[in-house]
Amino acid sequence: MKRRLWWRSFWLHLFLTPLALLWLAPLWLMFVFSTHPEIAIFSTPTPVLPGNQFAVNLQSLQADTNFLRTLFNSIMVAGIYTILSIFLTSLAGYAFARFDFWGKGVVFSLVIATLTIPYFAVVIPQFILVAREAKTLLAILIGMAVFGGIAALLAWLKFSPTLGRLAWVGYGVAGLAYLVWGVPALREAITFDFRLTNTYWAVILPSLANSLGVFFMRQNFLSVPQSLLEAARIDGAGEFRIFFRIAVPLVLPAMAALAIILFLASWNDYLWPLLVLSDRAMQTAPVALGSLIGLTRVSWGGIMVGAVMTTLPFLILFLFLQRYFIAGITAGGVKD
Amino acid sequence: MKRSATPYLFLSPYLAIFALFWAWPILESLLLSFQNTRVSPPVWNLSVNWGRILGDAAFWDALRNTVLILVIQVPLMLALATVLAVALNSQLLRARGFFRFAFFAPVVVGAVAYSAVFRLLFNQNGAVNAALGTQLNWIFDPVGAMAVIIITLTWRWTGYNAIIILAGLQSIPKDIYEAAEIDGASPWQQFWRITVPSLRPVLLFCLVLSIIGTLQLFTEPWLITNGGPGTATTTLGVYLYRQGFQNINFGYASTIAYAITLLALVFSIIQLRLFGRES
Repeated sequence: MKRRLWWRSFWLHLFLTPLALLWLAPLWLMFVFSTHPEIAIFSTPTPVLPGNQFAVNLQSLQADTNFLRTLFNSIMVAGIYTILSIFLTSLAGYAFARFDFWGKGVVFSLVIATLTIPYFAVVIPQFILVAREAKTLLAILIGMAVFGGIAALLAWLKFSPTLGRLAWVGYGVAGLAYLVWGVPALREAITFDFRLTNTYWAVILPSLANSLGVFFMRQNFLSVPQSLLEAARIDGAGEFRIFFRIAVPLVLPAMAALAIILFLASWNDYLWPLLVLSDRAMQTAPVALGSLIGLTRVSWGGIMVGAVMTTLPFLILFLFLQRYFIAGITAGGVKD
Repeated sequence: MKRSATPYLFLSPYLAIFALFWAWPILESLLLSFQNTRVSPPVWNLSVNWGRILGDAAFWDALRNTVLILVIQVPLMLALATVLAVALNSQLLRARGFFRFAFFAPVVVGAVAYSAVFRLLFNQNGAVNAALGTQLNWIFDPVGAMAVIIITLTWRWTGYNAIIILAGLQSIPKDIYEAAEIDGASPWQQFWRITVPSLRPVLLFCLVLSIIGTLQLFTEPWLITNGGPGTATTTLGVYLYRQGFQNINFGYASTIAYAITLLALVFSIIQLRLFGRES
């Protein structure tokens, strides 16, 4: 029996070890290439040990893109985004976990349904919103206020069930009419224009609609003992006080996991920042790096320096905080 | 619970953003796909984009490439991820920390960074050819370029899926295996009779995520092969970017976006039919 287990273990390691080395090879070579001149990268045999050209490559990268500035932009964007997103998603997650309110079921299903909708379905209107004409944004805001007002009025009137159903139909028809005719007309009427392109807000604002984060925070707030919150309420604490003083501290580890994942996702995002950041001084590191890859007259050693500098901090963090990264990744994945 | 305005206060900051940047754009995309945006101001024309997409050879090329990646890369990756998760979960494994790091590390690497590395590795004078002793021009060969994309995606996402599957594995009760062991089931039988059926919901979840991810593949083909050679690795995502943001035709790009959304919907329905309503 023991002998058979030994052989099983042997085959397991024989299978896994070469595969693991193969998996690490691109990361190791990325690091090695960042320390060699381009001529060495393309020579045979390929260098497998670090050289001493890192500083030279960094200088050429800095000359090509002002890379340190783009790193600063990346830190700002990912940092502001993470803080705001944690704030918004925990407020919303808490509301879904803790309160019963009118429209809760519909709104929550709507938020969760967007998890299966491809991002491309929204990317063009998002771009129009932040980049082209802020008229659209204002037209929608006015519309939201008007229709939100009607909805609140209907809720306040506490209509009878039959009338209620009719009201929903009417509300839907009116909403659709507003989308087709109202928005374009309002767009025409509103004349001023504030463009968000090449600002941090252009990158941050749309990504704040993060339904996975809301779902994750809701699950965590559900697991907080309700009796504890009720006790605080009986003691006369306000709802926001209960939220900040009791609920939030109890879910802090989960929040940390979410924060790590949000920061990483924002840090590594490429398509959206590429669309809204054209000014080189405002670009994030991945966008600046991506703009170099297509060109022929740049140093590949420099590009590898950029790849290392955007990756290495997270690899080191991953070594120490693996548990939190994994908690964040499995958050959406595993049902309880 | 007492009815009050408090829940709306908690909810409204998020909902305002959600309504503005998700709910509204989903509708606006649909509306845009029925507009001719090549004239200024755009005019309603119900058939201009949807009529065009049906006869657009470049779109069907992109669709074919995307589906090709879908049917080759996704099953390959999920099978490998399952095997890896089982191996990493094994009691017999030594140096677990090393193996976990090796397979999970790509999870933190950004698409731009690893796209640059893989483009360099598969260069004609690059490390892969040097290691294999070949002179293949990967990036400029239609089959080779597709292979590079598939290899890159597999490297990046296998560990990610393995993490989710591993979490699923750890929720399977241990006593089922002990009972099977006593009944004389081999590891192989245990894997197929216990592990795989228990993992079905988790694998289904990974499958859904991978399909949605593949349908909107953009960064890797854009940076590694630029969709080429020719249109050999032009995915739906790359085609949408070209139409929308290089040719500045938001109407047609919205039509492509909605075609992608419809595809995602079709795949979801097929999955629900095949696997039942367990997710």
